[in-house]
Amino acid sequence: MTIEETEKEIIEEFSLFDSWDDKYEYIIDLGKKLEPLEDQHKKDENRVRGCQSTVWLVADYRDGKIVYKADSDAVIVKGLISMLIRVLSGHKPDEIVNAKLNFINEIGMTSHLAQTRSNGLLSMVKQMKNYALAYKVKEGI
Amino acid sequence: MIESVAIEKNFDVQAIRKHFPILEREVKGKPLVYFDNAATTQKPQVVIDALVNYYTGYNANIHRGIHTLAEEATAAFESTRDAIQAFINAESREQIIFTSGTTEGINLVAQTWGRQNIMEGDEIIISNMEHHSNIVPWYILAQEKKAVLKIIPINDDGELEMEEFEKLLSSKTKFVSIVHVSNALGTINPVKEIAEKAHSVGAKVLVDGAQSTVHLDIDVQDMACDFFVFSSHKLYGPTGMGALYGKKELLEAMPPYQGGGEMIKDVSFNTITWNDLPYKFEAGTPNIADTIAFKAAMEFTTGIGKEEIRRHENALLAYATEQLEEIPGLRIIGRAKQKISVISFVIEGTHPQDLGILLDNRGIAVRTGHHCAQPLMDRLCIRGTTRASFAMYNTVEEVDRLIEGLHKAIKLLV
Repeated sequence: MTIEETEKEIIEEFSLFDSWDDKYEYIIDLGKKLEPLEDQHKKDENRVRGCQSTVWLVADYRDGKIVYKADSDAVIVKGLISMLIRVLSGHKPDEIVNAKLNFINEIGMTSHLAQTRSNGLLSMVKQMKNYALAYKVKEGI
Repeated sequence: MIESVAIEKNFDVQAIRKHFPILEREVKGKPLVYFDNAATTQKPQVVIDALVNYYTGYNANIHRGIHTLAEEATAAFESTRDAIQAFINAESREQIIFTSGTTEGINLVAQTWGRQNIMEGDEIIISNMEHHSNIVPWYILAQEKKAVLKIIPINDDGELEMEEFEKLLSSKTKFVSIVHVSNALGTINPVKEIAEKAHSVGAKVLVDGAQSTVHLDIDVQDMACDFFVFSSHKLYGPTGMGALYGKKELLEAMPPYQGGGEMIKDVSFNTITWNDLPYKFEAGTPNIADTIAFKAAMEFTTGIGKEEIRRHENALLAYATEQLEEIPGLRIIGRAKQKISVISFVIEGTHPQDLGILLDNRGIAVRTGHHCAQPLMDRLCIRGTTRASFAMYNTVEEVDRLIEGLHKAIKLLV
């Protein structure tokens, strides 16, 4: 599945919810289900800046594709990361760097979250793209 | 110029709410519950009118103009100084310096009195419950002067350990900068006692009144502090405006903070003479509109009665404390015997950020996080709190909505 196809899938899933109560319930559920990050990765250099909660993000490069893992001490943020991982993980650096990620706007996340929190979300996106860019440069692709 | 509003003498919260237009709005489809008053209060119509009246009626640059508008603007601007003098019971109007807020007031003192008087090895005392704005300016000064920052510890209830404070005092102590009321916990500190003890070793004292001025009766002479700083926007006034009070002999001996227009008497390229107080510290065109409107905020508050407001807010605090304590897993952070209407808490198994987002989704505005007091959070071994802070216009029904919102949030999160 391409990045855009997964985005479309998420947009469709969110269109089924009548209220933000339901959307948050779903995001919280995603957060609770996100595989926890091993403690060894929860160090300062893996922290994403700009979030009110603590967010750790690591990226692995295997067979030309990036696999992300992340964690947070706040569950809504974890749910958001879970969606970002679902969309971006397992794709080539180039695809990730160029991903427009319109789904964040489409599901109303940027307008619903207060600016400071949506900045945290944007920091995560930026960090994920930075990893992709670094691998892209490293591999000369 | 400022319309006076007849305020009900009997405390009628519904009538008071009508003065605050923003309280009519909805957030996320629900009536706004505004419990972030310790961050900034909402503004009554009289304050908004004062701003509009200035810009529509007599906008002009102040002091040097000889035309009518400049005279009207100057008179209104300067009358705020008189109002502040009365509001905090300062000895004279010259001792009220307009600033952009509490933060600038503290920086002004650190960079003028501090740079002139703090020497290598001198000690500056602050406390473990300070806002970053009463830590960083002293840290910068201490770094520059090779001075030492000493910290008054607090107990688990969030009160200063006064015996430890006394142990910190010595002939090396040159300055004590202390918060009157903690923004994160609501603790009221015994600033008069602190000032007395600090003065006994010859140290000067600054009291950070950012959180206290709206709730308590301020009498800087009785408090016997050397400096007192506060902000308009936490007192129903506009943002970007505040005041510094200082003892006259100290202000007179202090060098200017910023150079520019208004703060000088005569300028040549060889010599400059400074203007008299308070203008020596007010370089450049000041924040005229917000300064004028702040007077309306003080009059509005005094008109309702600080005592009456305090009684109302304390009743809300007591009710909220009682209701919050019923919530399983909830722990109130800050249990000082002397508190203003601020209530901070953590709930087991939840992150403050998640609570904040879910409460916002129900139209309830609270503050979450470290409240710009990271050393305090470290001392209490918490990453942050959820904080509800009450103002004159808050109601019991709103507290009920907070409790209901928390129950719903916990159900989702835990």
